[in-house]
Amino acid sequence: MDNASTVLQLLFSGIGTGSIYALVAVGFNVIFKSTDAINFSQGEWVMMGGMVAAATVTASSSPVWLACLFAVLVVTAVGLVSERLVILPIAKPTPLLITLISIGLAICTKSAVMLTLGKNPAGYPGFAGDALVTVAGATVHSQTLWILVITAAFMVLAHLFFEKTVLGKALRAAAADRDAAALVGIKARSTVMWSFAIAAMAGAIAGTIITPLTLTSYDAGTMLGFKGFSAAMLGGLGNLYGSLLGGLLLGVLEAFASGYISSHFKDAIAFVVLLLILFWRPVGLIGKPVVEKV
Amino acid sequence: MLEVMGLNAGYGEIQILRDLSLTVEPGECVCLVGANGAGKTTLMRSLSGLLRPVGGSIRFDGQELARLSAHDVVTRGVALVPEGRRVFGPLTVRDNLEMGAFRHLWPPNKEKGRHDGFGRDLEFVLTLFPRLRERLQQPAGTLSGGEQQMLAIGRALMTRPKLLLLDEPSMGLAPLVVKEIFATIRALNAEGIAILLAEQNARMALRTASRGYVIAEGRIVNSADTAALQRDPAVQEAYLGF
Ligand SMILES: Nc1ncnc2c1ncn2[C@@H]1O[C@H](COP(=O)(O)OP(=O)(O)OP(=O)(O)O)[C@@H](O)[C@H]1O
Ligand SMILES: [Mg+2]
Repeated sequence: MDNASTVLQLLFSGIGTGSIYALVAVGFNVIFKSTDAINFSQGEWVMMGGMVAAATVTASSSPVWLACLFAVLVVTAVGLVSERLVILPIAKPTPLLITLISIGLAICTKSAVMLTLGKNPAGYPGFAGDALVTVAGATVHSQTLWILVITAAFMVLAHLFFEKTVLGKALRAAAADRDAAALVGIKARSTVMWSFAIAAMAGAIAGTIITPLTLTSYDAGTMLGFKGFSAAMLGGLGNLYGSLLGGLLLGVLEAFASGYISSHFKDAIAFVVLLLILFWRPVGLIGKPVVEKV
Repeated sequence: MLEVMGLNAGYGEIQILRDLSLTVEPGECVCLVGANGAGKTTLMRSLSGLLRPVGGSIRFDGQELARLSAHDVVTRGVALVPEGRRVFGPLTVRDNLEMGAFRHLWPPNKEKGRHDGFGRDLEFVLTLFPRLRERLQQPAGTLSGGEQQMLAIGRALMTRPKLLLLDEPSMGLAPLVVKEIFATIRALNAEGIAILLAEQNARMALRTASRGYVIAEGRIVNSADTAALQRDPAVQEAYLGF
């Protein structure tokens, strides 16, 4: 294999995993925007997406894409119900309190998946089976291409949702100024519920489309959540487009680090990136400094 | 129309409003003058549901508002234009106005008629503030202070209020813009919308309203027709700079 195709190969694999990180980062960002909290259950929803899809494929003869769609709906509902059960009842929801409660929610979600779906790693074939495709001399798993297409579609739809629909604009309005939003009839508590549903959906999509390449198990959520969080920080917390940039960048960095240095180094990359960004530019690459309101 | 009785409100342990009572009749324009920290904003926040009063009652068209949250108060026909304008900075001017109509647009598919109402309301606001029409696609955060004040008023109007609460609409604006804003307030009042106007700019407020209250240290210390207030030596000395 010549040098150019190696680079291309690493690039594809980096953009593939990077897309996953971007989707997870969107989840962090949507909830951060509406609550100012870091949601620790984000990674568990990714894991749950893969686990539910795998169980559905095993239990029924439905095609993989249908099982994935079903899993995304289930996890979206789980996100929404979680908010109603553990966040809504908080009398004075501060960002710190929501963050702490989300740790508890993450543990419960993980345990629930372990108890119902078991401890064994699970997986299923890609949307186009396990076919390999040759693109410009690089050999790529067809699922990687599906990941790119689905992530791009999700990002476009998310953009349209937040820019063009009444509900999407209301979520942005409430994120910009909660009191002013309340004054026009936008309930802060409802916007938090919607943000949990959207974040769970983004996570579940990521989980269902990556599982054919990596397998998943009940304890895979923490690492996926951490990677997505690093991507969100890298792009700029609270920024939808930052998620995409941060995710892709992190994925590509990881791919090249494991390709040219050592694959043992792969998981450390996210940690190093997170530390560097915290020291050097805490607002992220395209984030704006938060102006404290008096 | 609005009847506030024995209102007590504050922040945590600190009580600001003490046994405060006032009324606004349908179609009236009433002003509330007072110095920095007198409690005008605290009163406005209590009336609009942003701050839960500790005691007393706020009756509006026969309904009790004191225990409602802001997103419910607005459905009763009371809209606040908050101090400092508080427009949605990242959203365009048009989207800010659309958010004013949020409760008519969401949840969707109630009745088609409401959507048509949105177009009419938007046209009303844009006719009132032609400068907003030129800037419909501009992010609200990039507007000038005066334009932001117009947008904040426009957004409140989109909720279709029967009573409009205005908290320091003149704050930080050039005299010419202040004139413009107050002319609009008079025009809105002429349309039949009742108005309660809190202002440090007592001169403008007393010229605009027909009746006024003077608030100091969280209490109403004087109330009369604005003509009488303007002649009152104590008011002249404290608020009109004679
Ligand atoms: N969030 C808060 N927590 C504690 N005290 C507050 C808070 N907001 C206002 N206060 C206090 O309440 C008192 C009344 O403030 P308020 O904002 O109602 O006055 P105001 O009449 O609107 O003044 P201004 O003309 O400067 O706007 C002040 O002493 C202020 O320090
Ligand atoms: Mg004030």
